[in-house]
Amino acid sequence: MTALLETRGVSKNFGALAASTNVNFKLESGARHALIGPNGAGKTTFINLLTGVLLPSSGTVLLRGQDITTMEQAQRVKFGIARTFQINRLFRGLSVLENVYISVAERVGAAPSMFTPAGKRRDVIDEAMHLLETLKLADYAHLTINGLPYGRQRLVELAIALGQKPEVLLLDEPAAGVPSAESHIILDAIDALPKSIGVLIIDHDMDLVFRFAQRITVLVRGAIFAEGTPKEIGANADVRAVYLGQATHG
Amino acid sequence: MSAAAPDHDNLGARAMTQRHKLRWWEPLPWLLALAFYFAFPRHLGFGTELLITVLFAISLDLALGYAGIVTLGHAAFFGAGAYTVGMLAHHGIWNEPISSLLAAAVVAGAIGLASGLVLLRTTGLTLLMLTLCTMALLEEAANLGHDWTGGFDGLTGIVIPPLFGAFEFNPLFPKVQYLYILAVLLVCFVFVRTLVYSPFGESLTGIRENTLRMHAVGAPVRTRLIVCYTISAAIAGIAGGLWAQANAYVNLSTLGLDRAATVLIILVLGGYGRLYGAFVGAVAYMVLAHFLSKLYPTAWQLGLGLMLVIIALFFRGGILGMGDAITGWLRRTRAAPKSSP
Repeated sequence: MTALLETRGVSKNFGALAASTNVNFKLESGARHALIGPNGAGKTTFINLLTGVLLPSSGTVLLRGQDITTMEQAQRVKFGIARTFQINRLFRGLSVLENVYISVAERVGAAPSMFTPAGKRRDVIDEAMHLLETLKLADYAHLTINGLPYGRQRLVELAIALGQKPEVLLLDEPAAGVPSAESHIILDAIDALPKSIGVLIIDHDMDLVFRFAQRITVLVRGAIFAEGTPKEIGANADVRAVYLGQATHG
Repeated sequence: MSAAAPDHDNLGARAMTQRHKLRWWEPLPWLLALAFYFAFPRHLGFGTELLITVLFAISLDLALGYAGIVTLGHAAFFGAGAYTVGMLAHHGIWNEPISSLLAAAVVAGAIGLASGLVLLRTTGLTLLMLTLCTMALLEEAANLGHDWTGGFDGLTGIVIPPLFGAFEFNPLFPKVQYLYILAVLLVCFVFVRTLVYSPFGESLTGIRENTLRMHAVGAPVRTRLIVCYTISAAIAGIAGGLWAQANAYVNLSTLGLDRAATVLIILVLGGYGRLYGAFVGAVAYMVLAHFLSKLYPTAWQLGLGLMLVIIALFFRGGILGMGDAITGWLRRTRAAPKSSP
């Protein structure tokens, strides 16, 4: 069976620095997969390779068995790969609804139209509002991003990605910087994602990872260090050592 | 659709579905412009200059205010339009007013498209310098192409035939010009207004607010910017064409940095990315310049400079932003007693 998203022998070098080394990775459809690793392990680089922000130095990236290694970012989005960012990338001066509207309008092909008012595309507005309702953001729809608490901003980050109706969703530290009182909102939202989406989550928060993931991949120094179910990874002495910072010094 | 029903009550959804609809104050600028025609028949020369400046500022607002394309060379397109009209008429090729304006739009738009294809690969300071260079190149070309452009002296004595064969352009009493320019401004404004409230306009503001995220939602960012820049250039070309028709001459000032900087100042003064900032800014700038230069003929620009410093430091949204801040504050203070219990 072909995996939803797969990398074969992917490496990425920045000069002498190897940010990814020979990564063989599979994300199955409907998977809840977590990618963990110490700081600088190359997690975000790996996401950038999957989304086409960076092109690998060697190796191939496959989507449903089709080679997308050199495909442009915008093209991959059309093929169903969406992501959120570790640091919010929102349309800050616009309202919450507009933020999601832009994403949905792009997906349904409404965005190039110049002579119908945006407000008359009820289909786009309704879909954006529906998304906001599922993320419990509807009451904030009229506020600009600047007037929103950080936890809600993270949800808008997620809403923009979901506006793409992705098949593959890459979440780069979705709960980063969110006060613990608000983090349950993010977790609930992730739990409520459609089951059919293949989700890859990067996070440092082990509670979140072990609650969310059915499968965990550990990345250390750009290479896959271990992979398995949460139980296996939790019991893996090497992984624990890496996280306690004892194993790979010297 | 039953699912859509609750949306009508949602503040955000309502703002989105209502925002393109005409607001009660929107006819005001046009009524004022008509009132000016009847009240100050002796100042219609000033009036035509003002209306042309408003149109030029609107074209810049589309590129700078909405799409966030930082440019200091927008007079390149104004000048291209002015020289198109001027050269066609001066060399006896074509001088019917309205079709000349269309030619001005096409030429300026083509220059916008050609330069945009190259320039819009860059951003920020690089883009700023390259737009400046484009304008300087055109200015120098107009200076050197003496046989065609009149060089440093420009082209004088442009003959514009009567509009629709009936209404004569009179340089001393520019009544016809004023109404003609007002009509062209209205048409262009309605076009730009439609554009900025469309999904295309929404995506331009998205590019302005966060270009990287627009890439990540699959938007063809560069194509959008080039389309926007071309449209903006074409409208600036129409403004330039009107200028040539109203003044019956063209010179290098239409292509100069002075003009490009002034229109930028006007837009910042009025408030960019707000459609009506161009109106407010142009009126404020030209009225201020008029009276300050009477009061202090030697140092009138000082007053303008001070005002700009204040705007840049404290009121990023310009005069209109100032208005928004005040009405927002009033609304909050009025709403506060209601929401406290």
